[in-house]
Amino acid sequence: MKEILTTISIWSVPLIVLMIPVYGYFKGVNIYDAFTDGAKDGFSTIFKIFPNLLAMMLAIFIFRNSGAMDIVIRFLRPLLDYLKIPEPVFPLIFLRPLSGSGSLSYVNTIMTQYGPDSFIGKLASTIQGSTETTFYIIAVYFGSIGIKKYRYSMIVGLIADITGFFASVFICKILFF
Amino acid sequence: MVAVFNGGMDKVADAIFKSLTESVDISIKLLGPIALWLGIMNIARESGLTKVMARIIKPLFKFVFPDVPPEHPAAGSILLNISANILGLGNSATPLGISAMKDLQQLNPDKSTASPAMCTLLALNTSSLTLIPATIISLRAAHSSINPAIIMVSTIFATSVSTLTALLLDKTFRIFYGI
Repeated sequence: MKEILTTISIWSVPLIVLMIPVYGYFKGVNIYDAFTDGAKDGFSTIFKIFPNLLAMMLAIFIFRNSGAMDIVIRFLRPLLDYLKIPEPVFPLIFLRPLSGSGSLSYVNTIMTQYGPDSFIGKLASTIQGSTETTFYIIAVYFGSIGIKKYRYSMIVGLIADITGFFASVFICKILFF
Repeated sequence: MVAVFNGGMDKVADAIFKSLTESVDISIKLLGPIALWLGIMNIARESGLTKVMARIIKPLFKFVFPDVPPEHPAAGSILLNISANILGLGNSATPLGISAMKDLQQLNPDKSTASPAMCTLLALNTSSLTLIPATIISLRAAHSSINPAIIMVSTIFATSVSTLTALLLDKTFRIFYGI
């Protein structure tokens, strides 16, 4: 099962990148012009994303490194203890929605310390795999088209992350504990 | 502010410059994939392929995105964005998502406020749809795990729970906002 899925995963991009132009060619589209016409928007898109990304990264890095995050974690500790969440994965609940590379390097530290096949290692892997960097996605997706009012999407994204976190703890306790 | 009391100002100064480097880094790394996928999607659009794809997913699409005409090019880019997410192709999922957002923006009456369809697309993306958590599996392999892929079952379970929650919340908010 794993092999099949991995193969699909590897093949899909080259296949799509090949098939779409071939289809376009047979439909009589000037594929070179169509491609470059679309691709030239890449630069302007990045320019639109950049300020949003920069502001968000700045806020996230300061929150993480100023000790503010540690204080929030200390404040929430009784609740997390009560829910029997293993202590080493506490920081992930904050790191994951904020920064993909940050949380991945944290998972890396956990695996070095506890081993990938320990309960903590498997739990951290599941959390990392089943949640997303909500703030990054919002900054990039909305930034690219100049959306200023996010409506309810921030709340939905964060609740989804928290749900993913607790669902990971729940299923890992059943499967791996 | 917290750092003033903790005496961790050096860490904050360091963090500020690291955040700048990281955002430039991400932007440059995104530029290539975005240009590629915007180009490919433009071919798909001009050849009418997005409409063909839209027709295939019409029933499900109408339920999740009731306010997007199923024949619109947005349907095609949304389908590809979701597929890239499911396959764990982070590098392609983001550019395809941006491409979908651009298409949805054409339908948006107020260009500075997120449309309900955009919120739904975002809900799907932020809840993570991954069936193959490729990055984490390779990280586990790098730590010489006995079974790197063992977390796939638990990940799929947790992802399904969070995605269903996100979709339900999205529907609730739509009703709440009277959309």
